[in-house]
Amino acid sequence: MSPGLTIAVPRGALFAGALDLLDSLGVDTAEVRSNDRKLLFEDAGIVTMRPSDVPTYVEHGSADLGITGKDVLLEQANRNIYELLDLGFGRCRMVVAATQGGDPIGSALRRLGRVRIATKYPRIAEGHFSETGRQAEIVEVKGSVELAPLTGLADGIVDLTATGTTLAENGLREVEEIEVCTARLIANPVAHKLKADQIDAIVGKVRAR
Amino acid sequence: MIHPIPPGTRDVLPEEMRELRAISASMRARFEQAGYGEVHTPALEYEDVLRRGEERAAGARYRTFDGQGDVLALRSDMTIPIARVVATRYAEADPPLRFCYFSHAWRATERGVGEPREFLQAGLELIGPAAPEGEAEVLALTVAALDDAGLRRHRVGVGDGSLYRRLLDALDVPAEEHLPLLECLSRRDLVGLERHVTTLERIGDRDRELLVSLPELRGGPEVLERADGPVAEAVQGLRGLYELLAERGVADRVIFDLGLVRELGYYTGAVFEVYDPAVGFALGGGGRYDDLLGRFGRSLPACGMALDVQRVHMAQAAEEALG
Repeated sequence: MSPGLTIAVPRGALFAGALDLLDSLGVDTAEVRSNDRKLLFEDAGIVTMRPSDVPTYVEHGSADLGITGKDVLLEQANRNIYELLDLGFGRCRMVVAATQGGDPIGSALRRLGRVRIATKYPRIAEGHFSETGRQAEIVEVKGSVELAPLTGLADGIVDLTATGTTLAENGLREVEEIEVCTARLIANPVAHKLKADQIDAIVGKVRAR
Repeated sequence: MIHPIPPGTRDVLPEEMRELRAISASMRARFEQAGYGEVHTPALEYEDVLRRGEERAAGARYRTFDGQGDVLALRSDMTIPIARVVATRYAEADPPLRFCYFSHAWRATERGVGEPREFLQAGLELIGPAAPEGEAEVLALTVAALDDAGLRRHRVGVGDGSLYRRLLDALDVPAEEHLPLLECLSRRDLVGLERHVTTLERIGDRDRELLVSLPELRGGPEVLERADGPVAEAVQGLRGLYELLAERGVADRVIFDLGLVRELGYYTGAVFEVYDPAVGFALGGGGRYDDLLGRFGRSLPACGMALDVQRVHMAQAAEEALG
């Protein structure tokens, strides 16, 4: 990063893409790549964390910029941050899925007047079902959400899928697409004003790639 | 034992209280010296009165009933109560009128830390002077008050809340497209904004570019030079303001920000936000509200600023830590 600028980088699925992007901006990511326990790389201006924490650090100004998925931003929609750029990588989709065969979601809505949905994204799920005029009871789970419809915990799930393989392996199929999610560059609102030139230079370089 | 207090509220103990009081005292002295007399108004107002000022009662969320069944609301800012005071208690007084306040206000919020529901505001209202003289006086005084509080790196962002709306009109963007675009801007979602602009029909590439790039225009006076086409006329007022700020010696503290919007519906022109690099969120904000007093029956131009004293305190502490 340019001097005095800190960027929050997500570990996990977006990590490799984020580091490649930083390389292309001329940031030295060698130390970050070689050390998967260290979290703060002051020389490079990089802090690493789980993707869902990126908006928190950026909102508070502990990082000026951040890279995270649109799924995280949708789930934390009230964050006071700038969404500057669609970075294009890390493409996956937020979908509604249910067991193969039959129509468990439609059937629950017809007979019981509501559908029970398990998800790690309660706000996105709630928003999607209320926008489409259906009553949903949202069950928040932290781990493998594919388990919920198989055990009768829920009629369907809302989850992120890249290839659909995990869904298929668990006997589930996509029934609705909610949103295509890619990695986004976000900025702290105060940094966006006070470090405008540095941030615009980065945005310009990314756009020109 | 745990005896809870409502979310977003907190207790202040003597050590912190002394420091908060010191900030308020230095600001009060500065404001009084500039002719801004301090006023106090009731924490509870009739909800109807707040709604007269702004449709959503400026975001007031805590309501109760009095013995007659009238709805009372805890004020969410001091601007509407002071507009009421001007129209009723100063109905015949000649402008300009200058008031300051050090008062709590209440808002409900879904956001986490940094967004308390009860907060102490130190503010100014300047009634009478039109743009840009009023803005220049309020901004210069704000900068001086923060200097007094020991801040060194603070800046004031200045934009025009009506700018984007006027641009949409000038480019003949269909009326039904205005709301989604303005919502993207207010959510600071520049990706959504660009995407939405791409779907607009019958808009030339140059105009599209203008719609996307305007919110990115922020910085010194050179920003106003870069705003061409239909925006050039709209930023004329900001150019005038820059000259007045230069005369007052505070032009270097101002960031012109053409994408700046404020959530409150009563702003009619310039809008302000105060920043310090030590704190990740704005220390305060304000703007021009030329229609508000008219809604209470005394039509006068006005503008004002409110600082969150607790956030100023955070910036002060960070400044001292730097030495």
